[in-house]
Amino acid sequence: MTIALEKQPHSEHPSIDSLNPCKKIGIPKEIVTNECRVAATPDTAKILQKYGFEVLVESGAGDAANFSNAAFEAAGCQIIADTQTLWATSDLILKVRPPAWHTGLNQHETALLRENGTLISFIWAAQNAELVQQLATRKATVLAMDAVPRISRAQKLDALSSMANIAGYRAVIEAAEHFGRFFTGQITAAGKVPPAKVMIIGAGVAGLAAIGTARGLGAIVRAFDTRPVVKEQVQSMGAEFLELQFEEDGSGEGGYAKTMSPEFIKAEMDLFADQAKEVDIIITTALIPGKQAPTLITREMVESMRSGSVIVDMAAEQGGNCEVTKPGEIYKYHGVTIIGLTDLPSRMASQSSQLYGKNLCHLLDDMGRNENYRVDLNDEVIRGALVVHQGEVMPPPPRTAAPPAPKPVAVDPVAMPQARPKTPQWIWAVLIGAVLVGIGAIAPASFLAHFTVFVLACFIGWQVIWNVKPALHTPLMSVTNAISGIIIIGGMLQISGAPTSATTILGAIAIFVGTINIAGGFLVTQRMLKMFQK
Amino acid sequence: MIDSISNVAYVAASVLFIMSLGGLSNQETAKKGNVYGIAGMLIAFVATIVRSDVTGYGILASVILPGAIVGAILAARVAMTEMPELVAMLHSFVGLAAVLVGVANYLSPQSLTGAEATIHEVEIFIGVFIGAVTFTGSIVAFGKLRGLIGSKPLTLPARHVLNSGMLLACGWLGQQFLGGDVLSGLQALVIMSAIAGVLGLHLVLGIGGADMPVVISMLNSYSGWAAAAAGFMLSNDLLIITGALVGSSGAILSYIMCKAMNRSFISVILGGFGAGGSTATKAVIGEATSISVDGTIEMLDNANSVIIVPGYGMAVAQAQHPISDITKRLRDRGVNVRFGIHPVAGRLPGHMNVLLAEANVPYDIVLEMDEINEDFPETDVVLVIGANDTVNPSALEPGSAIAGMPVLEVWKAKHVIVLKRSMASGYAGVENPLFYNENTHMLFGDAKKNADAVLSQLGVLELAK
Repeated sequence: MTIALEKQPHSEHPSIDSLNPCKKIGIPKEIVTNECRVAATPDTAKILQKYGFEVLVESGAGDAANFSNAAFEAAGCQIIADTQTLWATSDLILKVRPPAWHTGLNQHETALLRENGTLISFIWAAQNAELVQQLATRKATVLAMDAVPRISRAQKLDALSSMANIAGYRAVIEAAEHFGRFFTGQITAAGKVPPAKVMIIGAGVAGLAAIGTARGLGAIVRAFDTRPVVKEQVQSMGAEFLELQFEEDGSGEGGYAKTMSPEFIKAEMDLFADQAKEVDIIITTALIPGKQAPTLITREMVESMRSGSVIVDMAAEQGGNCEVTKPGEIYKYHGVTIIGLTDLPSRMASQSSQLYGKNLCHLLDDMGRNENYRVDLNDEVIRGALVVHQGEVMPPPPRTAAPPAPKPVAVDPVAMPQARPKTPQWIWAVLIGAVLVGIGAIAPASFLAHFTVFVLACFIGWQVIWNVKPALHTPLMSVTNAISGIIIIGGMLQISGAPTSATTILGAIAIFVGTINIAGGFLVTQRMLKMFQK
Repeated sequence: MIDSISNVAYVAASVLFIMSLGGLSNQETAKKGNVYGIAGMLIAFVATIVRSDVTGYGILASVILPGAIVGAILAARVAMTEMPELVAMLHSFVGLAAVLVGVANYLSPQSLTGAEATIHEVEIFIGVFIGAVTFTGSIVAFGKLRGLIGSKPLTLPARHVLNSGMLLACGWLGQQFLGGDVLSGLQALVIMSAIAGVLGLHLVLGIGGADMPVVISMLNSYSGWAAAAAGFMLSNDLLIITGALVGSSGAILSYIMCKAMNRSFISVILGGFGAGGSTATKAVIGEATSISVDGTIEMLDNANSVIIVPGYGMAVAQAQHPISDITKRLRDRGVNVRFGIHPVAGRLPGHMNVLLAEANVPYDIVLEMDEINEDFPETDVVLVIGANDTVNPSALEPGSAIAGMPVLEVWKAKHVIVLKRSMASGYAGVENPLFYNENTHMLFGDAKKNADAVLSQLGVLELAK
């Protein structure tokens, strides 16, 4: 039992603080217009304090997400009114959006970050190379939440997934708001209402969340994805998985999809065109990392949709999956509402702040909390997220992880001891045929009659047994035990000679043991079956 | 004429046997299936008695009655945890009967000539061979299940050579047998039986305890083929049909069991698991967290959905009754309690289902691995009772000794409580990373005692509410 105790000193030993002084975490107010999220909630702030950190919150940081200063104070946080003081006194800054130009102070947020300070937020380093350079000049250490590797161990700090989940949910809610009908089918006294049909393109985290939400509202949901591996996930959420009669796997690295061949895209577009005429709501989530989002819903398809339909383009920020999307806007095109909102998670600010805050807590937990805080370059997760380390720009690490969704069992053929070459089916057919011909050639007629019976019986047995439920395998064995006692018939046919002959004696013993089988087998089966009850 | 009627009756009996197996396809029709089997057997019995060539009624009665009584006593007395032993013992009887019938048939005068005589002798030889292997193999299986023989596989240095040698010897004796007169033929037959007996012994000795489901199914299959061979030598279609049914049933069960362990049939039969091929046993980093009975109760108390995953350990500890009562208590409170059964849990196909049925767990909450595996992520608490390899996440990692074996993915649940005696690894000798997971809690000690403690505390908690 002692093994359990070793974990304890990790969490509660305030005396160690003297060795490793209490680090201050600063939570500034987000400055980007319409950004309602905040990097900590009173709940996650408490956790951070439990980890040994001191939490400073800019006055009003949580207002837009409905977390008041008072709530933060009640959670033990210190409220700092002045933005510059907050940035200057904090060892670590936790943020949501990448640093941007602060119009109130007429200064860039990077300049606010103190030298050698640490910043954890979304960065999008590939798109914001200049920002990364600026951060480097501040000798900062920067961890990008968007660059956390998508491996199983890092799932608890995968902010992209948390946000995608929320966005998927909100996308359906937004669609519902602009859709003039029920999602669920109803039969009312005033007439029948058909259920809404929803097509979701891309079954990643956001897509699956959207499927779940739309299903929850009662709609008929269909989903499409280029990666066949997600079929089961889609079906487990209660949606229909749309398939192309086309062999191509779109699974790319890190669980994302890759760009597909032109033939595939053609088939895919035909499918969407058909579906567009039929469905009421389309939600698109197709993103390819580092590239413009693919156009999947053309102008013609939108025009072919019924008036009153809704399209939610969750890829609007990367150019949109729909040809007529206007990023950040909701407008009507040809009677179809096109929703190109790019701030879906921010529209659920309480929820997304809470989940994002939790992701940050998990990250800081992994980094050793306060007393063992360190930036471990050998840790795959930390290294992946690290964009700038003590003023040095870190190149993105080589990606090694396979997609997390399907277990990587089938990926590595070398390591699979079970993967032995299979004998092709036709060899068996030929062998069986040869054996049959051989038997037919030499065996006398009397044998062939029995042989026919034997083969047919094997075949029937094969057919019947597959239907037996695994739960009844034990009774099956005891019944087969009993009926294999039929061998007593063999004994019975042999005991009619002289009573003392060897044949008779052997036959008699055979009957005796066979009968034990028959009686024992049937009775114990009866006993067992009586016990099975609902 | 009476013989023709008897033959027609055999057809009826065959049909009833097929219906009997068909009836077992689900719980509602299973009892009827058993009754069909009994009816078929009675018809076959009566139809054989009335045959003109069967007259030894006195002897018949004097062996049938004691046989039936012994069988009835066995059936009434056996505890459900001992079902594997009983099944193994019954297999050995069929094997023995097949040997005896074969020898007796050889000794009785025959009027066959030419190819027919040769075929007949081949049938006898094969029937006796299968019978002898089944007989001794089943006895060893019985001994292992009883604990009379250690369950560790016996791995003699040259065991494959030994086995092939014995097979060759049997083949050579077969040649002698076909050529010889009655006396030298009998000699060859008896020596072959002895060698086949040793072969059966050695084969099953080489197979470890947890592979028992495969062994038992395989012996079940053999006993069927032995009966079919007897049918061939006696030109009796009923025996052939029944033997074929039983034989294919056992073969399918063996196949299912092998699939469930992701092992080939051959590798199981050749025995000595873990000796070849797979070597990579990763060291597991981390600490296991233990939990007390109180902690377990607290978790169960807060859970909305619970899945219980039993293994052979539950049968050993006889914990099924307290587990059933815990299930009942929780269900009365509206907790969704279900059971997840791995195909090779226990020592006999379907063993866990029978144990749970005995303890009055309703069968509709006892689910197969494939039915329940998807539900783990939405489950609050998983109780793993005496199972190890069947819940080992390293089965999903290539290179592990059990790689590719389908497992119950319990680690996806919010909390996993493992009732286990110690940290020892399971049959496959593979460390189980599950025990070191953050959401896994170990409840060490005897499963039955702990289950009893949980049950009584759960009752106290209810009174307090």
